[in-house]
Amino acid sequence: MTDPISSTANSSSQVPLIVEMRGIVKRFPGVLANDHVNFELQRGEIHGLLGENGAGKSTLMNVLAGLYHQEAGTILVNGEPKVFSSPRDAIKSGIGMVHQHFMLVPSQTVTENILLGLDEPRFLLRLPEYDLKIAELGERFGLKVDPCAKIWQLSVGEQQRVEILKMLYRGVDVLIMDEPTAVLAPQEIEGLFITLRAMIAQGKSVIFISHKLQEVSAIADRVSVLRRGIVTASGVSSKGVSRQELARLMVGRDVIFALDKKPGKPAGVVLNAIDVHAESDKGLPALRGISLNVRAGEIVGVAGVAGNGQSELSQVIAGMRKCIKGQVLLNGDMVSNRTTLFGIQHGMAYIPEDRTHVGSAPNLSVTDNVIMKNYRKPPISKNGLLDMKAATKLANELKSAYDIIVPNVSTPVRLLSGGNLQRVILAREISGLPTFMVAVQPTRGLDVGAIEGVHRLLLAQREAGAAVLLISEELEELLSLCDRIYVIYEGKIMGEVMVNSEKQDEALIDTIGQMMTGTPLDQIQEEEIAANG
Amino acid sequence: MAESKSIKQKLSFRVEPRLNEPPAWYPSVVSFGAIIVALILGGVLISLAGGDPFRSYQHIAKASFGDTGVLSDTIVKATPIILAALACSVAFRMKLWNIGAEGQFIMGAFGASAIVLAPVLPAETSRWIFIPVMMIAGMAAGAVWGFIPGYLKAKFNVSEIISSLMLNYVAIAWVNFWIFGVWTEGGFQMSPKFPDGAWLPRLADYAKAFPIFRGLTTHLGLVIGIVAAIIIWFIIFRSRWGYEIRLIGDNPHAAQYAGINITKNTILVMMLSGALAGLGGMSEIAGVVHRLQTAPIAAGYGFTGIIVAWLAKLNPLAIIFVSVLFGALILAGREIQPSGIPKMIQGIILVCLIASDFLLRYRIRIVRGEE
Repeated sequence: MTDPISSTANSSSQVPLIVEMRGIVKRFPGVLANDHVNFELQRGEIHGLLGENGAGKSTLMNVLAGLYHQEAGTILVNGEPKVFSSPRDAIKSGIGMVHQHFMLVPSQTVTENILLGLDEPRFLLRLPEYDLKIAELGERFGLKVDPCAKIWQLSVGEQQRVEILKMLYRGVDVLIMDEPTAVLAPQEIEGLFITLRAMIAQGKSVIFISHKLQEVSAIADRVSVLRRGIVTASGVSSKGVSRQELARLMVGRDVIFALDKKPGKPAGVVLNAIDVHAESDKGLPALRGISLNVRAGEIVGVAGVAGNGQSELSQVIAGMRKCIKGQVLLNGDMVSNRTTLFGIQHGMAYIPEDRTHVGSAPNLSVTDNVIMKNYRKPPISKNGLLDMKAATKLANELKSAYDIIVPNVSTPVRLLSGGNLQRVILAREISGLPTFMVAVQPTRGLDVGAIEGVHRLLLAQREAGAAVLLISEELEELLSLCDRIYVIYEGKIMGEVMVNSEKQDEALIDTIGQMMTGTPLDQIQEEEIAANG
Repeated sequence: MAESKSIKQKLSFRVEPRLNEPPAWYPSVVSFGAIIVALILGGVLISLAGGDPFRSYQHIAKASFGDTGVLSDTIVKATPIILAALACSVAFRMKLWNIGAEGQFIMGAFGASAIVLAPVLPAETSRWIFIPVMMIAGMAAGAVWGFIPGYLKAKFNVSEIISSLMLNYVAIAWVNFWIFGVWTEGGFQMSPKFPDGAWLPRLADYAKAFPIFRGLTTHLGLVIGIVAAIIIWFIIFRSRWGYEIRLIGDNPHAAQYAGINITKNTILVMMLSGALAGLGGMSEIAGVVHRLQTAPIAAGYGFTGIIVAWLAKLNPLAIIFVSVLFGALILAGREIQPSGIPKMIQGIILVCLIASDFLLRYRIRIVRGEE
């Protein structure tokens, strides 16, 4: 084992440590999640905790927050050893955690949620008084949220602010944020960062768990990296270490950021969307005249800030949402407002945004999940009966071809990690030899290694002559994979740009960025001409 | 680590969620253990009530499995439960909460009786025509009673729990109307007895050839129940339709994404569920009661079926065995006490089995910690 990179030995003694974890060991059946992990948090810093999925970051922080109990090791808060048997104990010592999944009561107001579980107010709920207090607290930290609003009325970003307020109201000094940006739109991330900096300015400390390198280098003062339960970097300054180096510490090998992309040879148009209009779940206009096309042998991207109609667009194409005006053609056949089955039978593959709630059936086996699209046809189905032998054979073939790590194919997929589950879904969709594939956020929440695998599979589809529509919020991903990119804003296409794989010039990113914030391409070009002429 | 010996060793239990699937034998062992624990707890209560637990259990065992006669009676009691529980299990598999197996069971009995009483077939019809026609009529009547909540659920999203539950009372009232007003036998609240051709054959019918069968009332309904269980197992685990049912039950969004028609399946599965319960009603009326009468038909088999389906974890084959256990408890109940102890044991077994589910999802680890 190599020695972890660490900050200079005497630097930690200069700044007082608010939290120190020594030799933490936490075991789960079959997994050593934390193997003698040391962790130090200085007062007044934002400490990034990096690692791949399953590296043990959340486990370590759940130990610190009193949710898990370590098998060995000690926790010191302000130099004093502490034993936490519940999150309540941890909060009493000033340590609070905001989890990825929020714990809020939807039908109650922000204030009611924050007061929930506290001993105050003692008898009468003098809510207006507390509303005021909470509004003040929010103001102090730049957490704008209406205390009287009911939780269900709030966006995910606002709900996260409520969770942070909950902790601040309980007077914590150390706030642990578990993957806080995973649920946020880009502009909300900026707001969160402002809040975190405001908290630091007022003497609090923050632990920021993430697997996104960019974010950690943007917000954290120091960074610790975990890999498979072992510390590979401890408290290094985020300025003094390159992204490549951090990535290597995370995954243990150099990640190739540039993909091997051959020049495209696009053929005829496979998917053609013409003036598509659709409504969101709430009945508001979500798509307002989308027109785009995808040709065989190319990957076409849809860039945009989350919530600008991307989900609705993919659902209309897949036949899962009504198209109120316009149409979508697949190889000349209308697929919009037909059944989902029609698309499946005409060579459409769909990687949905939500792998666990849409893309898979969690309690069914890997085998049952891989036959979801082709169980109607031989060899899986004969005379209305399922040939389970053929299904198991297919599942085992896909398991080895797509490196799905699972003891056997009868394991329910809920036990699979995010990356493995995504491989199951990709294996299923690709094995149907689609002529067209729509992939929505296919790499969200995956670790670096898994992302690379997904990218390779998408490029292989392109080379095999399939038309791929890639809807993503990761601009970098789109730029490295796509031949063309459409930018969507408030349900409209702002413009279309070609991607040159040899050079990713700043001007292109700048143009896309402007379109993502609502400036149509023609307007940008007019302004450029005006500036030049 | 010499110094660790002087440190006090502390034993503690820790409950941890299971991350891996337990081995295949584990659930059955846990269920079996739960029943043992339940019997021990029941024994404690019996002795607190002043009884001798060993003698009581002996008596219960004797009263339900003691000789071929009572064993046969146990099986007769289990037969309608098998079919009612199968009915519940197919609906529950798709997360359709059909609480109306009771009503569908009653309607099945009515449908089968109508063949005899209307009469659709003359009284002297051969058994080999009577029985299949009655089975079809019973299943059809049950299916209609399942179709109503299924259709309301599929088209208007009406809660099937409420509509199927309420239809139970409609079914009782409906049967009462016919036996009070139309098919009454001399003003009694029952129809005339069915002709022999409409009786399901019983073991006792073959006592001449096999003397051992003398007095045994086990009837063809048992075979119908077992065959139905095997067919349902096949449908659920080996057919395309069953795959769709399992997929919708586990994740309706994924099913929609896979192009499955949920509306159609909601109606069809409720009809299948109703048909199975209806078949149970037919089996009971033609195998045991031999006339249309409300009380022995509306005896709560449909509700017992809900419990049995859950205890069998919706597995059609396990339902057969759990039904026999419940049949035994019902029978022993009559033997020992009109109510009380057997009902209590039934309750304790249920609670223990449901609680044992915890062990499937969590494990308890003994930790030797150093203090």
